[in-house]
Amino acid sequence: MSADVVVASGGLDCHLLSGCGFPAPGAEIFMFDEIASFTIGNLEFGITKVTVLLFLCVFLILGFFIYAFRSPKLVPRGAQNVGEMGYLFIRDGISRDIIGKDGDRFVPYLMSFFFLVWLSNFMGIVPFAQIPVTSIFAIPVAFALIVYVTWVPLGVYKQGFGGYFKGMLFPPGVPKAMYVLLTPLEFLSNLIVRPATHAIRLFANMFAGHLLIATFSIAAFYLLSASVIGILGSAASFTVAVALTGFEALIQFLQAYIFTLLTAVYISGALHQEH
Amino acid sequence: MINVIAAASAAVSAAGAEGEEMPSVLAVPIDELIIGIIAFLIVFGGLAKIALPSIKKTLEERTNAIEGGIERAAKAEAEAKALAEEYRAQLAQAREEASAIRTQAQADRSALIEEARGEARQAAAQVTAAAEAQLAADRAQATSQLTRQVGELAVTLAGKVVGQSLTDDARVRATVDEFLDDLERQATG
Repeated sequence: MSADVVVASGGLDCHLLSGCGFPAPGAEIFMFDEIASFTIGNLEFGITKVTVLLFLCVFLILGFFIYAFRSPKLVPRGAQNVGEMGYLFIRDGISRDIIGKDGDRFVPYLMSFFFLVWLSNFMGIVPFAQIPVTSIFAIPVAFALIVYVTWVPLGVYKQGFGGYFKGMLFPPGVPKAMYVLLTPLEFLSNLIVRPATHAIRLFANMFAGHLLIATFSIAAFYLLSASVIGILGSAASFTVAVALTGFEALIQFLQAYIFTLLTAVYISGALHQEH
Repeated sequence: MINVIAAASAAVSAAGAEGEEMPSVLAVPIDELIIGIIAFLIVFGGLAKIALPSIKKTLEERTNAIEGGIERAAKAEAEAKALAEEYRAQLAQAREEASAIRTQAQADRSALIEEARGEARQAAAQVTAAAEAQLAADRAQATSQLTRQVGELAVTLAGKVVGQSLTDDARVRATVDEFLDDLERQATG
């Protein structure tokens, strides 16, 4: 990425002392050229680096778990141990904790989200990949959309159309007059803001994190010159970029966890009558 | 969070400022959306249909194995306890039997000893009785012999003393007998 970014943001000659303004990275670092494209019906599908990385994530996740659980033993060893850790983290740490015992059939669903989001985020700090797949807005939107079209029909199926929307829009234990105020708010909060924030939270975190790392990486290059201030400034900037990379590793996991946790919360609300 | 929003809006405005051809980072092209959905569906399908059923089964089996192990151990313990109880009961019974046998043996031995003692006593009594009878017979014989000899001696002596033979005289014998009877009477009286 860095070479691409540097070239995109002013070229190799752009340094502080050469009178060049700071080439701050912008939205262009999230835009990738199409490698290939194909058309199905009227729709053209553009394949970019991000698409390739996304399917690399898909391949790695399926490859690992199918390999780890190919012939599971009662006494686990090696990859099975690691795989089980991941499985139990989702089953016990998220599904059973939030949904309960009847959430066990959602474990593959939650697990798919967690590992796909985590690995997609993680691509941001993998050398040569160096772009979080989830910092491309369409990807978190796609994931949040899947969650949305899961829990809404699930709630209708479990609690009935009237019962489900009555419980959601007319929360019990509130004076009748309050519904004038409360019902539009609940409608907005549950059915519109909830899926939007679900997608934006993940996207914005990954987007901002990547932008920060890119900014400090470019600054390290931009400040570099044969002078004390040039070397110190460049080193400081580089150190911050490295520290941010470590910090991002944490955020990537955390955001994947939050995304999956919220998914579990929404499903739980659809399965059980909210109080 | 403020940083995030600021950075995002800065990026958006920067993208907007660069020109019309630069699409917004908030754009959601339908092809990318569909690709995202497909990516998820592949992962979900693979995990749900291939990877996870086997591990779910294994984890259940493991739970069963652990629970079964505990159950088996409890069962074995109960069995062992029952067996020990049985052995203890058998041991007590055996001890009782042994003690009964010992008591019986003691009784038998006492009876045997008693019997042997009785027999011995009886035999001793018989021997004593026989000896006593023999002794009595011997004495009687000796007494009669002695009596006769004493008589004869006395007669002989008397004959010698009076100077005449009194040996074959019936009258003398009668006298001697009377004399002897008198002696006997005196002895017994």
